Amino acid sequence: MNHVFTPVPLSGIYSKKRYLTPGVIVLILIALNGMVFLAGRFFLGIGSVTNLTNLYPWGIWIGIDVATGVALAAGGFTTAALGHIMHREHYQVIIRPALLTAMLGYTFVALGVVVDIGRWYYVWHSIIYWNPNSALFEVGTCVMIYMTVLYIEFLPIVTERFLGRVKLPGILHNLNRAIEFILRILDNTLSKTMFVFIIAGVVLSTLHQSSLGTLMIIAGEKMHPLWQTPVLPLLFFLSAVSVGFPMVIFESYLASRSFGLHPETKVLLKLGNMVAPILLLYLAFKIGDLVIRETFVYLAIFNVQSVMFIIEVILGTVVPLIMFLNKKVMKSLNLVFMASCFVIFGVVINRINNFIIAYHPPYATEAYYPSFGEISVTLGFAAMLILMYRAIVMIFPVISLNINHSNNHHLPHSQEVSK
Amino acid sequence: METNSNSHSRRHFIKNVAALGAGVVATSANQAVAAPANILSEDRKGVLVDTTVCIGCRNCEWACKKSHDKESGNIEEYSDRSVFKQFRRPSAATYTVVNEFSNPKNPALPINVKVQCMHCDRPACVSACIVGALSKYEDGSTIWDPVKCIGCRYCMVACSFQIPTFDYNKAIEPNINKCDFCNERRKAGKLPACVDICPVEALVFGTRSEIIKIAREKIQRNPERYINHIYGENEVSGTSWVYLAGRNFYELGFPKLGFKHAPGVSEAIQHGIFAYFVPPVMFYSLLGTMMWIYKRREEFNKEAELAEELELQSEPESEVEEL
Repeated sequence: MNHVFTPVPLSGIYSKKRYLTPGVIVLILIALNGMVFLAGRFFLGIGSVTNLTNLYPWGIWIGIDVATGVALAAGGFTTAALGHIMHREHYQVIIRPALLTAMLGYTFVALGVVVDIGRWYYVWHSIIYWNPNSALFEVGTCVMIYMTVLYIEFLPIVTERFLGRVKLPGILHNLNRAIEFILRILDNTLSKTMFVFIIAGVVLSTLHQSSLGTLMIIAGEKMHPLWQTPVLPLLFFLSAVSVGFPMVIFESYLASRSFGLHPETKVLLKLGNMVAPILLLYLAFKIGDLVIRETFVYLAIFNVQSVMFIIEVILGTVVPLIMFLNKKVMKSLNLVFMASCFVIFGVVINRINNFIIAYHPPYATEAYYPSFGEISVTLGFAAMLILMYRAIVMIFPVISLNINHSNNHHLPHSQEVSK
Repeated sequence: METNSNSHSRRHFIKNVAALGAGVVATSANQAVAAPANILSEDRKGVLVDTTVCIGCRNCEWACKKSHDKESGNIEEYSDRSVFKQFRRPSAATYTVVNEFSNPKNPALPINVKVQCMHCDRPACVSACIVGALSKYEDGSTIWDPVKCIGCRYCMVACSFQIPTFDYNKAIEPNINKCDFCNERRKAGKLPACVDICPVEALVFGTRSEIIKIAREKIQRNPERYINHIYGENEVSGTSWVYLAGRNFYELGFPKLGFKHAPGVSEAIQHGIFAYFVPPVMFYSLLGTMMWIYKRREEFNKEAELAEELELQSEPESEVEEL
């Protein structure tokens, strides 16, 4: 094996990059702007910040923050399936970053739910009041359990960071040995039982990624026939799987750019090779559904729905599929990155279409359009996610340095890492 | 199941909080609400709304507000017919509204249509609600429980008739608002407030089978007056409130709906995927087996590699290094 899998915290001796950069400051401002509107939502009610009405009860907080957030966090379970279940060891290097993205992604999905629901302080009610008929109950329960699983999967990274380095100052130093002992037990237990959680993570993801598609089925006639189909759960699942690897490519590429590292070109290109078949399968089901239900007739009507459907399918699925099938594209990481961006765009538009564009309630006189406050909160959450990602990869060993050609004996795990 | 008074629900609430505090989540399994089974009784109640009789006096609006402790004002104000210029929908302020439509048969006699929750036999809201805050009762009513509700508004997404509304401008305890079929009044043996006050008997309260019979007789006796359609008899597999009209219902603000009940497909998918947790458990075992096989294969390959390496080395050395 020529590649050495050595994740390190991107700070101190491993990276000279500082946390604050002009880009990070912009992100902090976007996050703060979002917080201002969040305050409005919590003190004055949802109506004071959003354009939601009795006709349009769900807006971009559900359509983007929750539904799209879950889809874009699919990198976590797809790489876990590839790396752990199918045991492809050379993908180890991307599992941790994907896991972190999923963990943060789901955290912000949960926050998005808390912000959107009217009685947010009762968010725990679904734990004690069950309605097994409800697709939302299933999504909520699965997301809750999966989020816990993601945190457990991340724990070994935390223990790895601190094992052998517990040095509490002053009086607290008496606790050092005890903490060290607890960490070691935790680490041992986790490494022996982790497979249970990894499999659970994949099962839970499969369930709720598809059930997210079931959500809008009950809206019946209120949903545009281009999207309203009984195979929605399958389409949601396939599109989530198809966006998993592109999301990993996207995020790994940007992270290495941001920290001035060599991108994991070989691994990412290999990963890109697997996108085309999944994307093709998704497209086949999407088009097949269109043909079987004969809903293509609605494409002849020129309106927002038909235009958005065409954008979703052509720009978001066909274009990246052609790119991923092209040999020239598959040799250049930049082009694969671009193709991945198209897939991500396609899934984002698909979720927005399903939850917002397709929803046309009776008695509506004008369409819903998100308010400045709603957009601010959504962007604020995205900015906070990136800021937390940056902080965590600088503190914890998540991203691997491409050190296969240097003398890697000098970079053992237990080496002291300065802040 | 048949009572829903506040004190009762509050007791449930306290019980549940206690259960949660103790971490006994399992005990709440008996809280799992109202499965899809058809719990409707044969003599469940309903209301027949005859839109050809309604005069648009809007007394029902006043009575509804009054009986639900909402700001109702003076009943005389309700004779102001200028409100009909706007098409109105039920809201937090009022659970029922009357709209006016033109009458092509007789322009001097406009058609007035009262709107409120239809109390579906198989309500989409009840199936959708994440915490089972909406329940279908034996007597035909569909009622919202303020204790359970988390304000997610999925009921509003699900409702075929676009009935539940939300308090968007309340930061604390925003409610889902909809007609409760005058649950309190009926328990006290009284008629629903709107039925009680209607001066022209445009609203007829009775068992659902009774009012459907009456509706059919009315159509038979007066085929010129009515179109041959009882709205709500079959729509979304039947509703407790049913309507008669002299004009096509779809021109009177009623949504065009199929006869299949709204939660059908969604529930079929849900129960198909879960089917007593068998599919998820099977999927789990399948993945587990795969993981094991792939891991074994990897180990096998490594062992083979190692053996090859050892063979390449000289014989005495390999003996020493043997593990």
